[in-house]
Amino acid sequence: MSQSEWPLWEVFIRSKQGLDHKHVGSLHAADATMAVQNARDVYTRRLEGVSIWVVESAHIHASNPDEAAEFFDPAADKVYRHPTFYDVPDSIKHM
Amino acid sequence: MPPVMPEVSPEQTAAAAHAPAVRQLLFQYVLQLADTSLVLGHRLSEWCGHGPVLEQDLALANIALDLLGETRSLYQYAAALEGRGRTEDDLAYLRSATEYRNPLLVEQPNGDFAHTVARQFLFDNFHYHLLLALKDGPDAHLAAIAEKSVKEAAYHLKWSSEWVIRLGDGTAESRQRLDRALATLWRYAAELTAPTATEAALQAMGLLPDYDDLAPAMQAHQARVLAEATVPVPTVAPFAQKGGKEGRHSEHLGYLLAELQYVQRAYPGLTW
Repeated sequence: MSQSEWPLWEVFIRSKQGLDHKHVGSLHAADATMAVQNARDVYTRRLEGVSIWVVESAHIHASNPDEAAEFFDPAADKVYRHPTFYDVPDSIKHM
Repeated sequence: MPPVMPEVSPEQTAAAAHAPAVRQLLFQYVLQLADTSLVLGHRLSEWCGHGPVLEQDLALANIALDLLGETRSLYQYAAALEGRGRTEDDLAYLRSATEYRNPLLVEQPNGDFAHTVARQFLFDNFHYHLLLALKDGPDAHLAAIAEKSVKEAAYHLKWSSEWVIRLGDGTAESRQRLDRALATLWRYAAELTAPTATEAALQAMGLLPDYDDLAPAMQAHQARVLAEATVPVPTVAPFAQKGGKEGRHSEHLGYLLAELQYVQRAYPGLTW
């Protein structure tokens, strides 16, 4: 066996009822073709899905957990950004 | 009280549609198919926990389970065709190696991953094309089993073809291992499509496809995959080996059956 590891891929599966592909886990594969087949063998054995997407993990760019405070906390006290914050006057129809 | 009618299984109904002599021939043939899938499925299950990577460990176990599922349907039908009260378990666990009818290819040991891939590729290419023909065949019960299994076999063939290409056109080491595997296993491939007396009789009755009719599609697929793998098609089968379908096996089958049958032999009738 070659010493080098196969790259990591993230797997997304759409279930029969689902409209969107949901992240289900990751796996190793040499390329996209193998990644889809491996995903079929690892993640759809119990009829979990009807469609598979794979993305090489290296292509996913994530927010930094260390920056969570400045990224997300400021949204916590801004209830006025939700439409439900506002009272709709009775005269306004079809809202 | 009215007498209780014994329940008739779909397999028994299907078996009853054939004349006794035909039933006996079909029994032999279905048994051969069942033995083949069981022995190969068992071989693949030996990889469980030992696969080169987790993903391929699971892929091998999945294929083993597909083959085991097919095996059960076939043994159930074989038991009904025989009509002597034996069950699928009796057929699997209580026959000796000389009574097994699988071709020699499938009992060959796993070897390395390339060896397993090469064996699987040679088998899948035959299995898939055979099931494709059987599913449109005149025996409705065999056709139904084939229709279910052919989808699985299509994936097996995709998997093994993909790996032949990867190993053949991969590193120097993977190529060397695949070459070695093909050189060893090629001599067992011809038995798959060499009809026994039983198969020839069923072919003459139109109950089995003529293997010559399967050959063009099999050869075309094999040629395409080997070309993509940059592996030359081995032209001669040196010392072609056969006899497994008539019960003349290599030494390997006895060891395989010893492990497969051990519990039922040691504790007859044990269930859990």
